[in-house]
Amino acid sequence: MSAESISNTGAARARKVDLRVIGPLVALVVLILIGVMLNPNFLSYSNVTNVLARSAFIGIIAIGMTFVITAGGLDLSVGSMAAFVAGLMIMAMNWLSVSMGDSVVVILLGIVLALGAGLAAGFINGILITRAGIEAFILTLGTMGIYRSLITWLADGGTLSLGSGLSSLYSPVYYGGILGLSWPIIVFALLAILGEIVMRHTAFGRHCAAIGSNEKVARYSSVHVQRVKLATYVLLGLSVGIAVVMYVPRLGSASATTGLLWELEAIAAVIIGGTLLKGGFGRVWGTVVGVLILSLISNLLNLTDFVSPYLNGAIQGVVIILAVVLQRNSGPAR
Amino acid sequence: MSEPILALKGVTKSFGPIEVLHGVDFALRPGEVHALIGENGAGKSTTMKILAGYLSQTRGEIILDGKPIEFTGSDQVEDLGIIMIHQEFNLAEHLSVDQNVFLGRELKRGWRLDHRAMRTRTAELMSRLESRADPATPVSEISVPEKQMVEIAKALSRQARVLIMDEPTAVLTERETEVLFRQVERLRDEGVAILYTSHKLGEVKRIADRVTVLRDGIMVRSDLIDDVTEDDMATAMVGRELSDLYPPKSDRGAEPILEVSNVSVRGVVENASLTLHRGEVLGIGGLVGSGRTELAEAIAGLRPRTGTVMLKGQPLAAGQVAQAMKAGLVYLTEDRKGAGLLLEKSLRENLTLPLLKDFGRPLIDRKREEAALDRAIEDFAIKVPARNMAVGDLSGGNQQKLLLAKTLLSDPDVVIIDEPTRGIDIGTKQQVYNLIADLAAGGRSIIVISSEMPELIGLASRVVVMHAGRVAGELAGDAVTENGIVRLAMGMEQSGKENAA
Ligand SMILES: Nc1ncnc2c1ncn2[C@@H]1O[C@H](COP(=O)(O)OP(=O)(O)OP(=O)(O)O)[C@@H](O)[C@H]1O
Ligand SMILES: [Mg+2]
Repeated sequence: MSAESISNTGAARARKVDLRVIGPLVALVVLILIGVMLNPNFLSYSNVTNVLARSAFIGIIAIGMTFVITAGGLDLSVGSMAAFVAGLMIMAMNWLSVSMGDSVVVILLGIVLALGAGLAAGFINGILITRAGIEAFILTLGTMGIYRSLITWLADGGTLSLGSGLSSLYSPVYYGGILGLSWPIIVFALLAILGEIVMRHTAFGRHCAAIGSNEKVARYSSVHVQRVKLATYVLLGLSVGIAVVMYVPRLGSASATTGLLWELEAIAAVIIGGTLLKGGFGRVWGTVVGVLILSLISNLLNLTDFVSPYLNGAIQGVVIILAVVLQRNSGPAR
Repeated sequence: MSEPILALKGVTKSFGPIEVLHGVDFALRPGEVHALIGENGAGKSTTMKILAGYLSQTRGEIILDGKPIEFTGSDQVEDLGIIMIHQEFNLAEHLSVDQNVFLGRELKRGWRLDHRAMRTRTAELMSRLESRADPATPVSEISVPEKQMVEIAKALSRQARVLIMDEPTAVLTERETEVLFRQVERLRDEGVAILYTSHKLGEVKRIADRVTVLRDGIMVRSDLIDDVTEDDMATAMVGRELSDLYPPKSDRGAEPILEVSNVSVRGVVENASLTLHRGEVLGIGGLVGSGRTELAEAIAGLRPRTGTVMLKGQPLAAGQVAQAMKAGLVYLTEDRKGAGLLLEKSLRENLTLPLLKDFGRPLIDRKREEAALDRAIEDFAIKVPARNMAVGDLSGGNQQKLLLAKTLLSDPDVVIIDEPTRGIDIGTKQQVYNLIADLAAGGRSIIVISSEMPELIGLASRVVVMHAGRVAGELAGDAVTENGIVRLAMGMEQSGKENAA
């Protein structure tokens, strides 16, 4: 280590942390300004709500992911888990509607099932990681493949569609709303606020950060390390369930490509937002900003013909790398 | 007197707006052991890091062989023959002992690593240090003092002209310290300039040729060792006369509060039993590696164990830390950095971590946390340059005080303290000893594990001594003497078994 890098700690750190705090926000504002300059319709009501509603699925998952990553874990399975849960939900609702008709009760049962399935899937990941001691990366890589293959099998390589009667009954959950805001946006916003409070102001959030920071210290400080880690995966599973509940009414279908790469987008959003990938520090509002940045980029590319939308992935990639570089330069020295 | 190799001239150092060194002048001479002493936070580590090029000074000059020099990086510093052993370990936990010793300077045969040569060299160095650590074991699996020995081996393996050691003996027993000092004397005779710091003044008297005292970033005196007494040193450090180091021992009650019977931990502790009474200070002595820490951790629910532990007549389940804390038993770890504190978090977050539920549910009450921190800073005289700083930036001794505050936050009935005064200065030591005595007088019961014999003798009315994982014996009252403890610790009664552990 050079003398230079060591003297970068201490008081100099305090200033830099500020930069890290506002970094993602600055990026978001810059993106919005660019958007307004390139296309006057950018800030129109319909575009803004469109962007927000599309962000909501990844966003809800990313909030759960923030806790997992803060506690030093990772979950690669959320995208295929979402597809699998969506498939299950659709099949169950179609089956129920045969005997019960296209009723609200069927939809409510479907919702309960989706939430339960998400919860269970998260629990399975969590229990295997904490009790069987399997590395999170490997385990969730495995379950990612399993769920993806299960949904492909369930759909027989094609698409599972919700019956049209149910579909029109359910669609207000995505398209409807109150006060001009659609339900996905409202749910996303509420979960974000709740998540932020839990992360910053409850023992659970503090324990997540402590475990991610140094698991042994947490254990010696009588934190229930395994229990908290398990809870983060269960919460993430639940947030996948919630995202599915919001997602299914949008298209009324699920297929082998549903939720493809969602896990990477969610993880990227978390990191862009300033949560440390190695754990120990996380913030939910940052994740929200990260999600917005990612979806604004693709929205911008679609609205303007400046750069081909096919380059969306490339530009998002650059943003992710920049975010991590910024983090490394100003993160706490270890 | 020979010319200095390395010197500081008018060096100041600021961290942000806070200046912690105020114009320090200082010279290291070949063949001389120089001790730098001072209270916690006085700036010893900072001075040493500047000398070894790990920190850059704010003002002033570093002089090497009579000429001012700018350090550009650790490679250059090492090439100049300046080697530093840090107060906190700098070891790669997942690498083996020999890989650590040769980290960055691996021995090669052609383009391939010469594993065998590195292993043999390491084994040689470790045996010179009389350490039993196997070069092939990962560092994460060896004990704290063994880690220190690895650091020392690492330093010995390089061609040093200047060897700087920041509290190398804080984690060592007296016997291990003696081993280290023999190596130090050998290096001194070879003409190496040695700078070292310690809070154990007896030890300074024993090994140093010259002693310099730092108080609040100012050099207050520098003398040849023969011109000063231990009392002089302590007074110069603290800036006032120190009265008796150890408070009077209070009488213990007759009522047993903690009964440990036949506790075993696979491979390290065998059938250990002991009893602690209300209001008692019980010492546990023994060599490092004799199973003291493992026994304590097993009692506190941090390790799997067999056997029974009864607290206030109720059994404590094995492996349940939180339950033990709730029942009123806590353990203060000897491994401050690895198991005690979250170094990149603030003081507040560290202090309240074990007891967050008591600071408001469901939402944490920030004000109450701040108030608790205020109290801790005051009660334990923690020196905090900036309140929201990361704990890792506190001086080592102040970290220890914070750890004490954190452990005692739950107001436990039974406290097991592993190396209570590791790395803390003599003034604060006295405070800690008084605190322990006050706790005992207030009806709490304390187990003190210590490698410092005088500490055990000064504090405890009864001492249990461990040897090779077993309780070798117990001393009480006037029988608590250095000689008695050493005899038991060395396993004199069960000779021939010393290598069993
Ligand atoms: N990176 C840093 N940022 C801010 N303050 C620092 C930093 N490093 C050290 N300090 C402060 O500088 C002062 C001197 O610290 P230093 O570590 O040199 O003390 P020390 O004499 O070695 O004490 P100890 O005996 O406790 O090890 C302390 O008040 C410490 O908190
Ligand atoms: Mg120090």
